[in-house]
Amino acid sequence: MAIDKNARYLESHEYAKPSGEHMIFGISDHAQTELGDVVFVELPAVGKTLSKGAMFGTIESVKAASDLYAPVSGTVVEVNEAVKNDPSLVNKDCYGAGWLIKVAPSNASEFDGLLDPAAYGKAIGEE
Amino acid sequence: MEEPTNITALHDWHVSHGAKMAAFAGYDMPINYSTGAVGEHHLTRRSVGLFDIDHMGQIEITGQGADDFVARMITAKVSDLIPPMARYSLLLDEKGGVIDDLFVYRLPDSWWIVVNASNRAADLEWFKTHAPSGVKVTDRSDDTYMIAVQGPRAIELIDKVADSPVSSIQRFCWGNIAIDGIPTLFGRTGYTGEDGGELFFPAEKALRLWEFLLQRGEALGIETKPIGLAARDSLRFEAGMPLHGHEISIEINPIEAGFKWACDFEKEFVGKEALLAIIEEGVSRKLVGIEVFGGVPREGYEVCSPDGGSIGHCVAGMFCPTVKKYAANAFVAPDFAKAGTNVSVIIRGQPRAAVVIKRPLYIPAYRR
Repeated sequence: MAIDKNARYLESHEYAKPSGEHMIFGISDHAQTELGDVVFVELPAVGKTLSKGAMFGTIESVKAASDLYAPVSGTVVEVNEAVKNDPSLVNKDCYGAGWLIKVAPSNASEFDGLLDPAAYGKAIGEE
Repeated sequence: MEEPTNITALHDWHVSHGAKMAAFAGYDMPINYSTGAVGEHHLTRRSVGLFDIDHMGQIEITGQGADDFVARMITAKVSDLIPPMARYSLLLDEKGGVIDDLFVYRLPDSWWIVVNASNRAADLEWFKTHAPSGVKVTDRSDDTYMIAVQGPRAIELIDKVADSPVSSIQRFCWGNIAIDGIPTLFGRTGYTGEDGGELFFPAEKALRLWEFLLQRGEALGIETKPIGLAARDSLRFEAGMPLHGHEISIEINPIEAGFKWACDFEKEFVGKEALLAIIEEGVSRKLVGIEVFGGVPREGYEVCSPDGGSIGHCVAGMFCPTVKKYAANAFVAPDFAKAGTNVSVIIRGQPRAAVVIKRPLYIPAYRR
């Protein structure tokens, strides 16, 4: 299972990845594999304020719906319209074209408190 | 989650080929392979999908009086069924509830009835309890294997690998063929909306026939892949075919579910009196298709009228890959059953815009 070395993770499998002064949110390769084919994503509007741990959207696969939780606090500055139109991008490229939203973080220290790639690997049973 | 107690002869093959397995009707079955549920759906609509459906049951009815017995037990007209014909039918209880839906094959010396895995024991019991002396009801499920071959190139594939062509077999008819020397009954039916067939053959040949079809498909340049139950469900859903326990069940009668056409009122059958009373009285709900905007509808979700009042529930729902819609089947009050009626579906607490649509979403091959 691929783990993006530049990202940090929640135990619920969302990641945050620095992109300039912003953070990109998405779900991990492990999560997309477990979900199976993603068929629908619902994402917040640009300008919405999110607190760390708050639900920011929903992702639905063929078999089930899952809530999405914000890895860090911040304001939504961009939403991936491509993934709304073609949710299978999450399966094809979860760390790249299948990103979900871009956020201006309000508390940079929260990122350091997330699971680093090694810790997340352990959490999903990979060394 | 139910604990699977049974496996099919192909179970190890599925697991070793990367299938995600889960319990279905007491069997540990492949839900999808590495292709993924959506990809498997598209593949079946494009070329050839192979389905391990050995969980389905087969019941053989023979003996003096078998013709009259079958005619009385199931809803479909059978008096005009002669070999090599087969037909879709329902099995009702006295109240008109649907015990199961089935395919009945008229074989030269018997009636061959294909039933759902989850109802196999109940169906057998029902037939045996009602059988008069002289009529023999035999469970043939264990010695018969069943693989479905479905898709626009399925007939071409079987034509090329069988000892005699299946393209000359009419829809809803059967023929005896041999594939790789394995005697096989080919029924030109299916559960996907595509052309193709269902193969019945000796259970001990399962792995050999399965691998032979995959290998020959590849060698002939006919894309042929295994398909799991998730795609089987979306394929049947788009094509408007019911799944027992959802669109039909012991709690649902064929009139409200839109299956009056599968009942022959010119003859006597178990449940007929109840159905006539229901028709006379009118139904309290109807099965409809609903397209939802902004979410995936699923079984159990509530359907509401535009003013917010509850009018029914979804019995199945999903993303439909070919027609690219989020759609449900739901039972709603008859006033809301007309195509074009605006409704809403409650998805995780939020009402989502939805509209009643015509079923089926995808016209099956046999109706084109």
